[in-house]
Amino acid sequence: MTEYVFRFVAGGVIVTAFAILGDVLRPKSFAGLFGAAPSVALATLSIAVVQHGPQYAAAESRTMIYGAAALACYSVAVCQLLMRFRFPALPATIIASVVWLAVAFALLGGFGGVAA
Amino acid sequence: MLVKMSSASLKQTQWYEYGIRFLLGGLATVFTGLVSARLGVAIGGLFLALPVIFCASATLIESHERRAKENAGLRRRRRGQQAAALDAAGAGLGSIGLAAFAATFSALVAANVIGAFATAMLVWAVVSVAAWWLRRKLRITSLIPQAKR
Repeated sequence: MTEYVFRFVAGGVIVTAFAILGDVLRPKSFAGLFGAAPSVALATLSIAVVQHGPQYAAAESRTMIYGAAALACYSVAVCQLLMRFRFPALPATIIASVVWLAVAFALLGGFGGVAA
Repeated sequence: MLVKMSSASLKQTQWYEYGIRFLLGGLATVFTGLVSARLGVAIGGLFLALPVIFCASATLIESHERRAKENAGLRRRRRGQQAAALDAAGAGLGSIGLAAFAATFSALVAANVIGAFATAMLVWAVVSVAAWWLRRKLRITSLIPQAKR
């Protein structure tokens, strides 16, 4: 239980810090870079190193590359839904999650994960 | 100057909007830990790049822009969508940096943990900014011939 409380606080603090940084920077496309900041990864990989060791964290970060590729496709899908199909932001970001899931699991299925 | 800092949007942001981001960030980190524990490290790794925070950010950006344009008497809805789309384009470029972060961390963590985190963060920043700068340069170059026509 303590581990999950620590995860929650660490994740929340790092994500909020990157969000504040993104808020103060202009232009908006530059601030958007912080939408893909490794905020959840920093908290999770730190805990993974302490709990399971560097090999486990290395294996976890290897499949994170697939997640990042899926995030690129997700961002394109969100742009299209907003600009071409004129969806409001909330439904656009939720619907595009299907793209993220499909690409991430297709890459994992195609190239495979690495067991720790 | 290409990139500027402005505190205007901090004044625009309500305290609960940071609370939403804190909550989502915390929940996403807990969720990733649960996925790794239940479904294995390979699937857990995918969720380190989950765009859950982006959903909140894009929605907040859209509502801020709508509010700002409403005060200026401009087309609110479309401007809000355009602002959120710009943010999404930035996140798309940032995802290249995120992949570089993951690859660097994966390669270095066995040798030196602190060094792996520091180098991966540096690589994330350099690759993300380089991708954004290159995109901006290419866009400007492609717009010049159109403007001359």
